[in-house]
Amino acid sequence: MTATTARPRGVTRFALTINAVLVFVFFYAPIAILTLFSFSDDRLVGRWGGFTLGWYRDFAANDEVQDALWVSVRVAIVSTIVSVVLGTLAALALERFRFRGQRVFDAVLYLPIIIPDVTMAVMMLLFFAQGIDLVNDMFGTSFRKGVGTVTLSHIAFNISFVSVVVRARLAGMSQVLEEAALDLYASRWKTFRHITLPQIMPGIVGGALLALTLSLDDVVITQFVAGPGSTTLPVYVFSLIRKGVTPLINAVSVVMLVASIILVLLSLLADRVRTSGS
Amino acid sequence: MTLVDEPPPPGPALDDIPTAPEATPAFERAAARADSRRGALLAAPAFLYLFLFFVVPFGIVVVYSFATRNRTGGTDLSGWNFDSYERLTDPIVRTILYRSVALAVITTVICLVVAYPFAYFLATRSPRVRNLMLVFVMIPFWTNFLVRNYAWRLIFENDGVLTDTTSAIGLGEIDLLFTQRAVVVGLVYGFLPFMILPLYASIERIDLSLVEASRDLYASGFQTLRKVLIPLSMPGIIAGSILVFVPSLGAYVTPAILGGGKSVLLGSYIVVQFLTARNWPLGAALSVVSMMVMLSATLVYFRSGGKNL
Repeated sequence: MTATTARPRGVTRFALTINAVLVFVFFYAPIAILTLFSFSDDRLVGRWGGFTLGWYRDFAANDEVQDALWVSVRVAIVSTIVSVVLGTLAALALERFRFRGQRVFDAVLYLPIIIPDVTMAVMMLLFFAQGIDLVNDMFGTSFRKGVGTVTLSHIAFNISFVSVVVRARLAGMSQVLEEAALDLYASRWKTFRHITLPQIMPGIVGGALLALTLSLDDVVITQFVAGPGSTTLPVYVFSLIRKGVTPLINAVSVVMLVASIILVLLSLLADRVRTSGS
Repeated sequence: MTLVDEPPPPGPALDDIPTAPEATPAFERAAARADSRRGALLAAPAFLYLFLFFVVPFGIVVVYSFATRNRTGGTDLSGWNFDSYERLTDPIVRTILYRSVALAVITTVICLVVAYPFAYFLATRSPRVRNLMLVFVMIPFWTNFLVRNYAWRLIFENDGVLTDTTSAIGLGEIDLLFTQRAVVVGLVYGFLPFMILPLYASIERIDLSLVEASRDLYASGFQTLRKVLIPLSMPGIIAGSILVFVPSLGAYVTPAILGGGKSVLLGSYIVVQFLTARNWPLGAALSVVSMMVMLSATLVYFRSGGKNL
């Protein structure tokens, strides 16, 4: 932009710049301090006692942390795969077709995004408390809350987020190529496979990364539907924080932080492919 | 009729070429029906899933909110009543609701005051700088919410970074851990990007020559802000405020980590009803009420012209 009166000058400009700098300091200082203290050789979490890698070694040696990490990864991968398939189909249905009940479906698909964590957690708790008893009584099975219920709940909120991201991609995409393929006697499936799918791929990748991040981050819903043996890493960390803090949490937190930053950067990269592709 | 006189049958090659059916109204209707069926078929798996694992649980919560808690902490579903909703007017519950709303409002106002100038600054940068700054706003937005709250716990910890700093610069030891102020800091930290992004999106769309025109006509900076910028960015202000207010009201993780036992908030109170007090009907009634608040806020947002969440 050229220099205009819309671009603030003088005192206003100075104040705006200071505000922007402070916002970034506010965003990044806690992350920096957390990372720094994860290398601190002191039994108190907030005190500097010289450099050590000890807490990361503890992290690698701690069975409970390892188990929680694996539960997290398993749940995240399964729920991402399922929600990407269901969410993409839903996005295609909403963007490319008109069908009866579409408005209702659209509304139901938005709800899991709007509803607060705690409410959704409560819903899932009651549902599984009731549902598991019912199913066990009817079929003589012995289901319990566990990795299964956690995964089912994560899929429920991930479908919505995936479909929003894929829909955005579909909405901004011209239908000309799809129509051309159909006119040239490509079957519906061939058109989807060779024309639509490659074009919406960046959206699907973005949606998948979002689902993965949300699943790896979730505490509240997971805590409500987790049973013995299905503690995820965030739930484990949350319980440790409330029980009393040890510097081990600093190391675990930094690992979680690095994981999510890698996922953000990947998604930004997918976004770059998306914008340069169209 | 003799066989010899019959004209030769048409070549098979011609048969293979499909001819376009006539576009009669009946054909159009059939095509529309087929299309509708395809759409419904594609939507079916996600719809069934969400029906079973979202709509049904939603219904169960509503049913529970009309149930009664029995002496053993179980829930009686037989006699429906409004007791749990009546209990929402109890002084304790009222205090918690009032406190939660107040904290959510304070959080929203702080976010708005900080984010508006930030978003304007962002919108007046060159595209390169702007994109880079946006990426740095997005990173905290995506990183683990629990870890971000925990980072503040570390800062507020007794004998931690904050007390060391404040006593070093002569302010005395400011102890914020387990106060409502600490919760507000945590909430602002968690939800500030939710305010910045929609505000930036709406300010960026404003034709800034309107600002120039206003200044050319001798409006002061403040007058331009009040009469030109704020009205034009209203959709962004509403969207950002709802996106911050709604999750702040239902917050559970932040008060649990940064707030003390003294200042119970709505989110934690619901959790307590389910996990500790075992009063499921009251917890369900509170959830239903908060859902209604969220849904009406969202409707306001869509009515005001907001499109994306």
